[in-house]
Amino acid sequence: MDRNKTHRNRRRLLKVLHFLGLFLVMAVICIPGLWIVLNSFRPTVEIMAKPPVWNPSFTLDHYRAMFGGAGEGGVPVFSYLWNSIVVSVVSTFVAILIGMSGGYAFARYRFKGKSGYFVGLMLFRAVPGVALSLPLFIVFARLGIIDTHFGLILAYVAMNVPFTIWLTDGFFRQIPKELHEAAEIDGCTRWQAFWRVEFPVARSGIASAAIFAFLTSWNEFALASQLTRSVGSKTMPVGLLDFTAEFTINWGGMCALAVLMILPALILTFIVQKHLIAGLTFGGVKG
Amino acid sequence: MTEVTLNNVVKRYGAQQAVHGISLDIADGEFVVLVGPSGCGKSTTLRMIAGLEDITDGEVAIGGRVVNDLPPRERNISMVFQNYALYPHMDVRENLGFSLKIAKRPQAEIDQAVREAAVILGLEDLMDRKPAALSGGQRQRVAMGRAIVRHPDVFLFDEPLSNLDAKLRTQMRVEIKKLHQKVGNTIIYVTHDQVEAMTLADRIVLMRDGHIVQVGTPLELFNAPVNTFVATFIGSPPMNLVDGEVTNAGMIRLTDGQEIPVPSAARAGVSVGQKVQLGFRADNLSPVGHGVFEDGEAAELDLAVSLSEPLGTETLLFAELAGIEVQGKMLNPRPVSPGERMTFRLTLGKAHVFDADSTNAIRSN
Ligand SMILES: Nc1ncnc2c1ncn2[C@@H]1O[C@H](COP(=O)(O)OP(=O)(O)O)[C@@H](O)[C@H]1O
Ligand SMILES: [Mg+2]
Repeated sequence: MDRNKTHRNRRRLLKVLHFLGLFLVMAVICIPGLWIVLNSFRPTVEIMAKPPVWNPSFTLDHYRAMFGGAGEGGVPVFSYLWNSIVVSVVSTFVAILIGMSGGYAFARYRFKGKSGYFVGLMLFRAVPGVALSLPLFIVFARLGIIDTHFGLILAYVAMNVPFTIWLTDGFFRQIPKELHEAAEIDGCTRWQAFWRVEFPVARSGIASAAIFAFLTSWNEFALASQLTRSVGSKTMPVGLLDFTAEFTINWGGMCALAVLMILPALILTFIVQKHLIAGLTFGGVKG
Repeated sequence: MTEVTLNNVVKRYGAQQAVHGISLDIADGEFVVLVGPSGCGKSTTLRMIAGLEDITDGEVAIGGRVVNDLPPRERNISMVFQNYALYPHMDVRENLGFSLKIAKRPQAEIDQAVREAAVILGLEDLMDRKPAALSGGQRQRVAMGRAIVRHPDVFLFDEPLSNLDAKLRTQMRVEIKKLHQKVGNTIIYVTHDQVEAMTLADRIVLMRDGHIVQVGTPLELFNAPVNTFVATFIGSPPMNLVDGEVTNAGMIRLTDGQEIPVPSAARAGVSVGQKVQLGFRADNLSPVGHGVFEDGEAAELDLAVSLSEPLGTETLLFAELAGIEVQGKMLNPRPVSPGERMTFRLTLGKAHVFDADSTNAIRSN
């Protein structure tokens, strides 16, 4: 009896500690985001107040100003949003197409120098994007694709392909090769076998690779800040810089734009989360 | 009509050769089993017939047509894989109908064919399940159903039963045999299990290291193995092999000095001084009074039983003969205690003699 009781107490204590730990970790992850959202609804004086104001007031001023004319602190939100969408969606699509083909090839075919290529791709990932920004800038300037959607898309595709290859290679590797063989015996061409059997089976994995690629492009700042100049091509993260003046930073406006930037990514992730989880816990594919 | 012909078929993986020039004629409607230890090239051979593996050299013909350069879909074959390879994203109905759908057959025809296959294999209640929700035996059934739906010329099976437990395996073995009797197609079946080979095959092809060792009906392989490999691979328990040397008196002197007459079937084939192995099955070594004895040549041996395994209608006895453990069978068994000495009768009419160096069987004719 007594033994049971102490045992139960210990279990309860462990559970409490467990939740406390989780809470701390979640707090570290979530508080910056929360801070952004909350501050986008607070007057500037309150954001900067020292000591902090604990019972915040609510205002939509920052949003109003952001969508307002250029004179009153407005920024071309819709242009930035459009640029971000075009660049992220197109680069994700292209990167997934290329990455999927590459991943499939690595998973299914034998060819000379296979492991060399693979390591090379991964090494490419090790180079920080910023280090590439100057060479890219010079090359792009020569080619005349600075400040264009095309230039940025090109850079993002190159950035995302190695990662998508690596991910999709893993997913295709887990699909037994007998699956496409069975499909070929059932009358498919190699191409049909891929689209009818292997692609649907790996769909979750590919969706999660796509989400990763999309978020990388959506949030990318370092390269975009170098390769874009004008309203015609600046993406949302670069647009945030509009709120910094020589001596001041408009925190409230920045937060408001940041919220607008987070929303689409959040919604998209939410929509595909079922696939995301299935993709990340891949391996349930047994024939 | 769909006979399958292999003519000197070779498979090389780089420098390594997996299949060494195999030739084989399979008749229409024949059930042929490729059997042999793991790694002997059975799957590779089957996959070359299926078109899943390039043929390095030689020719494969199905129904008289050389198919070396045809993709699998143009060979009109079906294959059942060891891991079943069911499409995980389709339910049983879609799995069964997939090949007909790809062939763009009318939906009514697909439904009809799928229903027929489902009835034959007892899958009617599972049609809406995904493979993940099926047991091993059920998956096996669906895989077979998928194979029969399209009425192929040839069925290929690659170790289809090895992922099932012993009881299911026996049960499915019977179903496969029934299926063959029902549809009558040519079947090429790969297994490493000699029991499956014996029970299923019209003809067994026994392979080792990429070569065919012997081709024949199950009884031919059982009764007339061409060498010690076949003798020990086919049959359970494996054939006993005892070393000896032929004396000038027409006897085989075992390593302990004991002498046994050379079976008459081999007498003309042996020479004095030749090192041989005497082979006999447990069925042909029984304690006096506890066996099925045919008249004719026999030898009596006085052996100490080291172990007995009662199996009910018979008991398997282990004893040592010239330093080698041999197994005998006791019919109408009575309890035997370890160490007990018994007089055994060895039926020489059913015994075999193998050359010790080449391991080949020695027969007079
Ligand atoms: N893709 C491959 N690459 C290299 N060697 C292979 C390949 N597939 C099979 N082998 C070799 O070929 C031989 C025969 O294999 P297999 O036909 O699978 O044997 P099993 O009789 O067990 O089915 C084995 O030695 C195996 O290692
Ligand atoms: Mg095999």
